[in-house]
Amino acid sequence: MAIKKLMINPAWCKGCGICAEFCPKNVLEIQREKIRIVDIESCIGCGLCELRCPDYAIWLEEKEEKEEK
Amino acid sequence: MADRFALLQGNEACVEGAITAGMRFYSGYPITPSTEIAEGSAVRLPQVGGKFVQMEDEIGGIAAAIGASVVGVKSMTATSGPGFSLKQENIGYAAIAEIPVVVVDVQRSGPSTGLPTSPSQGDVMQARWGTHGDHPVIAISPCSVQDTYYQTIRCFNLAEKYRTPVILLMDEIVGHMREGIELVPEEELPEEFKIVNRDNNMVDGKPYACAKGEYVPHQPPFGTGTRYNITGLYSNEYGFPTNDNDIANAKATRLMEKIEKNLDDILDYEEENLDDATVAIVCYGGTTRAVMEAVAQLRNQGVKAGMFRPVTVWPFPEQRLKEIAKKVKTVLVVEHNYGQLVEEVEKVVKGAAKVEFLGKWDGTTITPAQIINKVKEVSKNAK
Amino acid sequence: MPSKLVEKTFRMENLPHIWCPGCGHGILMRDVAQAIENCNLDPEKVVIVSGIGCSSRAAGYMNFNTLHTAHGRAIAFATGIKMANPELTVIVITGDGDCTAIGGNHLIHACRRNIDITVVVFNNNIYGMTGGQYSPTTPTGEKGTTAPYGNIDNVFDITGLAQAAGATYTARGTAYHATQTIKLIENGIKNKGFSLIEGVSVCPTYYGRKNKKGSVVKMMNWQKDNAIDVKKAANMDEKELKGKLIIGEFYNNPSTTGEYTERYDEIIKKLGGDK
Repeated sequence: MAIKKLMINPAWCKGCGICAEFCPKNVLEIQREKIRIVDIESCIGCGLCELRCPDYAIWLEEKEEKEEK
Repeated sequence: MADRFALLQGNEACVEGAITAGMRFYSGYPITPSTEIAEGSAVRLPQVGGKFVQMEDEIGGIAAAIGASVVGVKSMTATSGPGFSLKQENIGYAAIAEIPVVVVDVQRSGPSTGLPTSPSQGDVMQARWGTHGDHPVIAISPCSVQDTYYQTIRCFNLAEKYRTPVILLMDEIVGHMREGIELVPEEELPEEFKIVNRDNNMVDGKPYACAKGEYVPHQPPFGTGTRYNITGLYSNEYGFPTNDNDIANAKATRLMEKIEKNLDDILDYEEENLDDATVAIVCYGGTTRAVMEAVAQLRNQGVKAGMFRPVTVWPFPEQRLKEIAKKVKTVLVVEHNYGQLVEEVEKVVKGAAKVEFLGKWDGTTITPAQIINKVKEVSKNAK
Repeated sequence: MPSKLVEKTFRMENLPHIWCPGCGHGILMRDVAQAIENCNLDPEKVVIVSGIGCSSRAAGYMNFNTLHTAHGRAIAFATGIKMANPELTVIVITGDGDCTAIGGNHLIHACRRNIDITVVVFNNNIYGMTGGQYSPTTPTGEKGTTAPYGNIDNVFDITGLAQAAGATYTARGTAYHATQTIKLIENGIKNKGFSLIEGVSVCPTYYGRKNKKGSVVKMMNWQKDNAIDVKKAANMDEKELKGKLIIGEFYNNPSTTGEYTERYDEIIKKLGGDK
């Protein structure tokens, strides 16, 4: 099964805070003018942050889940 | 299809020359005395698979023509004084973005609406400096209907070769003059008018790079497999905007050099009876006919008059005029304005000969008799 | 390393872009890229044309055939491109000033011709690049550096203007409503005729600051709270709609007279010019 991993490129983040404001699960926070993931466990992979990031600094990457042995 | 021999107006000959040159797109706006170029293009283009569009204004006319050229289609727009003013910004755009386009200006009396149906050559300086900023320009002024056919072809060839806007600087005299001409087909064109198509093989895989010792980039048309950016900002070899002064300087200089370093190819002029002349009459475009007649009559009367006619008005054939000025006593500039090209001539002649001026700006044409009288008058002054 | 969409549709070497923090244009530019992706277009056959202004800087970042033109003239350049090669998908990215002030004439006449061009207007209600002058979409009463005592001009309704002039597809989205806006742009591209999609942007730097709209987060929340879908709006009265922003697909009606380049091709065919 594919899972989605939340990725951040701090170099492109201008710290506007849109992603954090509209994250339905409060996964994100602006700290020192850059976005930080503060609660990844709550991330539901909805992708709204990616859709609304004006700077393409945050996105979901599809990753194949490793089989647990 | 047009017959090989035809009685045409200069404006109609321009359309036929353009079609022979490979024009397949025209966009413009009606304006006297250039409208027949739009009308002729509307008739002729779809017959050969090309397209015509009457735009909402003059600015749209040149913008759409540049757009068509970006996808590789040879294109043209035509206008007269007021429209030529409106097109200036985009002439600069085509110059910096290096997009071939032919802009015809059939000059009429101005400023503003002026005398719309009367001849003038009042746009000759605007053709050089009309758009803002330093920029390269090629402007060619035809003197007869047959010449208009050939020079329109040459405009397209130069635009394609140097990737720059080329102005066909006509005037009402030539535009509305009717003459029997030969529409020489493409395969029979004299060597100097052989059709040129732009070279689309990029240098080093970069759209705006130039080969060593060359000054013209080879950007391919949009839609043919290379995606790149075109902009009116100073940009790098990929076409992306830059504020880097060194890159801007290199591009600005190259734009000027691509004309300056190719003068042998771009310059063209016509000379008559200059070998032993004491008076050289400088003229261009529709004024030429009267000057030729005046020179013939003066020679019959024993006056040593000759004619120097820049066909390429811009860049101006400085070197050749300098040589001529050293041999004559007087250089007389004859033009239909209050004195425009005469200033360039003074700059070039720099006192090597006396520079005199005969102009007219009342909407009537300069006659051979007026030129003869002026030559006799200035010859007396020179003694 | 960014998202697959960004990696595929943008010129990575030119990012990050020049827009201010929180500028809605970044969101709208991504919407355009996503819409092109959704239409499954060959990027070699897509041309993006822009004019001058904040919005028009978009073209340079997008990995297609991109033409950054003169102020107001994008649609006129695009007309030449589409006429000369109708196989190309031509998308214009422009701004409220570029499209409806200096370029207003080109806009209405391209609508009238119903030429197959999709125009996406990044409407930030201000001239941003020059530092905050009022534009044809700055609401009456609001301020700009050139409307220091409040703007007395009435505003243009861009989609209404386009529809009245003959556009066959008109819609409005916002920076906040990204999912919907992507779909609207996608439908616009698919319309065989002239399409105009107004993307209501947010300009926290000039429009927002001049008019005390608060942070970009506050401006985005305004869009979230005040945008009403056109279908829902149909059942609301004037009073209820006061101060609201209607979004959605306003007009989608392929012209009965046909698309412009196709009509011209018919002339060529009739004359045998295609042989």
